[in-house]
Amino acid sequence: MGTVILKNMSETLVQRDVVQRVLNESMGRGADFAEVFVEDRANASASLDQRRIQELSSGRSRGAGVRVVVGDTTGFAHTADLSETGLLAAARAAAAVAREGRGGVREVTLSDLVEYPSRAEVSPASVPKARKIELMMRADEVARASADAISQVQVGLADSTRRFLVANSDGVFAADEQVRTRFAVSCVATGDGGMQTGYRPLAATRGFEFLTTDAIEDAARAAAQQAITKLSARPAPSGDLPVVLAGGSGGILFHEACGHGLEADAIMKQASVYAGKVGQQVASPLVTLVDDGTMTGEWGYLAVDDEGRPGARNVLIENGILTDYMWDYLRARKEGRTSSGNGRRQSYQHLPMVRMTNTYLLAGDADAEEIVAQTPRGVYVAQLGGGQVNTATGDFVFGATAAFMIENGRITTPLRDCNLIGNGPEILRRVDAVATDFSTTPGTCGKDGQQVPVGCGQATLRLSGITIGGTAA
Amino acid sequence: MSELLQRARDLLEQVGAGEEMEVFVSRGTETEVQAYQGEVENLSSSSSAEIGIRILIDGPQGARVGTAYAGSLDDEAIAEALFNARDNAHFATEDEFVAFARPDGVTAASLQLTDPAVTTTSMDDKVAMAIELEAMVRAGDTRIRQVDSANYSDYLAEAAIASTTGIAAAFDRSGSYVSVEAIASDGDEDQTGWGLSVGRAPGDLSLETAARDAIRRATRMLGAVKAPSSKGVAVFDPRTAATLWSIMGGALSGDAVVRGRSFFAGRLGEVVASELVTLIDDPTDARHFAASIYDSEGLACRRNELIRAGYLQQFVYDTVSGRRAGTASTGNAVRGGVAGSPSAGCRALQLLPGDYDQDEIFRRVGHGVFVESLTGVHSGVNPISGDFSVGITGLMIRDGVLAEPIREVTIASTLQRMLLDVMFVGSDVQWLPGTAAAQTIAIDGIVLSGS
Repeated sequence: MGTVILKNMSETLVQRDVVQRVLNESMGRGADFAEVFVEDRANASASLDQRRIQELSSGRSRGAGVRVVVGDTTGFAHTADLSETGLLAAARAAAAVAREGRGGVREVTLSDLVEYPSRAEVSPASVPKARKIELMMRADEVARASADAISQVQVGLADSTRRFLVANSDGVFAADEQVRTRFAVSCVATGDGGMQTGYRPLAATRGFEFLTTDAIEDAARAAAQQAITKLSARPAPSGDLPVVLAGGSGGILFHEACGHGLEADAIMKQASVYAGKVGQQVASPLVTLVDDGTMTGEWGYLAVDDEGRPGARNVLIENGILTDYMWDYLRARKEGRTSSGNGRRQSYQHLPMVRMTNTYLLAGDADAEEIVAQTPRGVYVAQLGGGQVNTATGDFVFGATAAFMIENGRITTPLRDCNLIGNGPEILRRVDAVATDFSTTPGTCGKDGQQVPVGCGQATLRLSGITIGGTAA
Repeated sequence: MSELLQRARDLLEQVGAGEEMEVFVSRGTETEVQAYQGEVENLSSSSSAEIGIRILIDGPQGARVGTAYAGSLDDEAIAEALFNARDNAHFATEDEFVAFARPDGVTAASLQLTDPAVTTTSMDDKVAMAIELEAMVRAGDTRIRQVDSANYSDYLAEAAIASTTGIAAAFDRSGSYVSVEAIASDGDEDQTGWGLSVGRAPGDLSLETAARDAIRRATRMLGAVKAPSSKGVAVFDPRTAATLWSIMGGALSGDAVVRGRSFFAGRLGEVVASELVTLIDDPTDARHFAASIYDSEGLACRRNELIRAGYLQQFVYDTVSGRRAGTASTGNAVRGGVAGSPSAGCRALQLLPGDYDQDEIFRRVGHGVFVESLTGVHSGVNPISGDFSVGITGLMIRDGVLAEPIREVTIASTLQRMLLDVMFVGSDVQWLPGTAAAQTIAIDGIVLSGS
């Protein structure tokens, strides 16, 4: 049984001369900037539930988005018609914002195409569907074998191969192929006190090479163990307590507490508490925060961003001092500087905007166990499940999906799920210990309705106090 | 017959021996305008089309389904999707409950959900609305320092579902929105407020309502403090109440229930809520923004009473979850676009209104917290265990009236407890976008975590 899904994926998306003519047309009415983004994406997913392979799904979407900038106004149109006629129609629709109607064609000079080859070793298309199913079944067995209390196991597997080509009127001309693969296990454990959940994702900007049987079995056991542990959980406390965040998913704290507030779109609209603070101390000296698109294989990795700018390692906060914001192409252009490689979009149907890639706190020199030992009473958060921020006020929340009390310097009772809430600039000052055990975690970041894959990372760290949203006194 | 339905039916001719086939086609146009500082910041106008194909193969232990979709309706894309759907079907596990919907005799409601004005209104007029909205907010109060975004957007969508099991449904709808986010400032402190207005066409929208809401919410929060921890009554405004009912609706999905992933499982006929709670899902009520004629399997949508005076009456089902539960679809198949299989979900929830307006509820509550925004709903609410913990902003209620604004606090309880603890239901129903309309409600037993 074969597959046709990637039949045409090795072909050039759109020929250079066509791209050229579409850009010329876009600029014709007196625009300041034009860009064409062509994308071809193949998705495949499979789900297992109640010991059954429920569904395999395959999808393909191809299209192009054209944007045209006149002054401070951007016009945008997208089309699924990749013929020259279709692309020119999109160009004219996007250029309708240019009302001066100067007419004519402006010649754009494209650079040589810069191509970024895929780094996937095992292409998802090359993996037999039977092998995918075998891995999912194995995860189900391992999770169920962990304990009798495991009543439900769900396994999801998804991969995407996204090829794109981007060209703009400044001559940028780049093409990339991004392969992402994701495997996740969710468990429900049932006990006397009701049901509890456990979850573990494995996700990378790689092909299937990282989904080894060992990795999958470990994830299944971890998800099952998390649900079982929570069966004996008691309500989380309420009020301010010291919190120790385990390495890895704790990075979501920085994504929310300051990451979004350091995106240039929020800065330029004066809609961030960090606007105008470059050079100032905004965090504890233990905080050095980096956004790094170059971390090969990480969930937020990109060789080149969706505007044709190579991914970069950008230091945002160094020893507590704010050093720079994150930039996309247009906002950087306006400020007369270069993009930091943070221009991203969900698909060809969306306008790019400033987005994080892999955002992480550099490791410190404390010992993770020592940090816990030196915390008389507090909460240990082993896994975070997402968060949300209001960049204008700096107030943010993040959810603990695996947490424990710390009593007399020891990790004790498991706690039920709860949110923690704080104010970004305040909480950043309360980082009072950072360990050496750095690790990362994958996530999906939503902004203005667009979802993009991002990575987060940090070593075990302690906040001297943050408000915990539980129900216990 | 709509052209789209004809296309879907034509495709059914390619069904193979021993197969059933379902085709879901959708097509639409969208406009989006963002205004900033009196100018258009972004203007986007686009059309798109998608197709989803499902192939079902019967076997000795039951049926298997494979799915595929494409982001365009050209022949090559459709051929590829059909090939992949067929191939994928062979890898599913046979399941006796898996089936496609069959016509069930329920007549589709006669609803007009498209207003052609959404496409006949000129782009200039739409642009003018976004620009005027921004200007109204900027001019509305001297404390408004910034308008982060003022948006107008609309869509016109049509869809068709056809299957070899006898389904043939075509439907269309339009929607039109304005929304605005204001930043109010009082010296060093900033606060934000968000306002919106929704309808089926530009003429339904009230820029005044959206602007007034954004200004009031932002300015009223100035001077907000972190409240001390306490336990008591929380009054939810219609917007935040709608979020609560959407979460409850998720747990009332028959799909979640039959899979043992809902705290409502096994509780049919029991008291699960205060007697003030009568919750229905009724997509045939045209007032509901999410009103719909057909569900995502092409069955007629219908009115379903889920909770009556506190008693759990029924769950909502699509075809497969209905069969699994030993019953039938309630016309509640939902799916996120064409990309996947249907699941069971609430579509247009509403709570039977109570007798009191918002001010009367404040008076009767006397002391508590008024919740105007929720954050961290996706990270702090677990519809399986029922744990509920979210960040909020709002105002304290003292002596029966609104008092000081509060921020950086959480509220927590469990979803099970909250339903039982509903004290008052308001009369002030708002027909909001999303799966739930809602009115002000007061819930006891809420732990506020602050300083």
